[in-house]
Amino acid sequence: MKSGGLIYQQDVNPGLNKLTSNDYLVLAGTLHGVHAIGSQLNSMMGPRENKSFDNSNNTLIGTERAQNPNTNRSGVQSIESDLFNLYLFQTLTGYKFILITSPNTVVHNVQESKAFGRGDLNKQYSAVNELFKQVYLCFSDYVMKDPFYSLEMPIKSGLFDSKVRAMVQ
Amino acid sequence: MPNSELFALTYGSTVAQLCRDFNNDYQEVNQQLDKMGYNIGLRLIEEFLAKTGARRCQTFKETSEVIAKIGFKIFLNIQPIVGNWSQDGKSFSLILTENPLAEFVELPVAQDPNVAKELWYSQILCGVLRGALHMVQLDVDVWFTKDVLRGDDQTEIKLKLLKILKDEVPAGED
Repeated sequence: MKSGGLIYQQDVNPGLNKLTSNDYLVLAGTLHGVHAIGSQLNSMMGPRENKSFDNSNNTLIGTERAQNPNTNRSGVQSIESDLFNLYLFQTLTGYKFILITSPNTVVHNVQESKAFGRGDLNKQYSAVNELFKQVYLCFSDYVMKDPFYSLEMPIKSGLFDSKVRAMVQ
Repeated sequence: MPNSELFALTYGSTVAQLCRDFNNDYQEVNQQLDKMGYNIGLRLIEEFLAKTGARRCQTFKETSEVIAKIGFKIFLNIQPIVGNWSQDGKSFSLILTENPLAEFVELPVAQDPNVAKELWYSQILCGVLRGALHMVQLDVDVWFTKDVLRGDDQTEIKLKLLKILKDEVPAGED
């Protein structure tokens, strides 16, 4: 999704009920707004100290070690409910990637072992982040390098489809 | 990846064909190359970010380092030298000690002396930089000031920051 406009959507779980394509557009637009509002609210609460997040490129320049490309720091990052989990990833250029999953896999784990609950959640976050990173790489290859793709237009790439599907499964 | 000589050859044929198509109007050729580069830059920035996870640069100085030490390294496997900073810190030069695009090139000055005065053979690089930086909300001017192909002592690209497109910075960063 770019600037609130949905440019790609795929169901990877064929068993689920589908929304209409219009609903997906509305969902994307709404999330775009909610994300921005979240970011506004966050900034009103004053600057946060986040030592774990290195907000500079010094490490990158010094060691050439890749960092996480997610730049979604102050906006809505995830929504968790009894029925689904939703995750938001944003690139420096403003593309948003959204992942909607069933809640069961992980919330289950958390309930089973409360003591390690946080750890399990973190584990899922890092799994989700890893997936986003892979999808972004795939996007930068199979969408951006397709010479016939026009920027900000809907993505209709069979190659990208199959790569994304393969990644999620 | 195909080898770099094929890449240099492909680029060379493109430039030569443009020169023919535009009847050796080199200004026009420069412009076309710049445009092609710009369109590449708009796209290439995504691969750069996906692979490196680079953060938004806080200063133009930082931008220059990321371009030279990371960007050129990844895509062309060279490391230009950053230098010639202006007083206000808004423009600098990238000095290319080698240029993979021009490895086999000699400008045909004997046939047309204008070519060494007007054609910037590697102009596409300027376009790429301009396009890529535009996508991270930096409006810059990029141009060649020197090229060894023209008989200069070094190859030098100038970058000048015009404006930071603050309104276009996506919400949600710190």
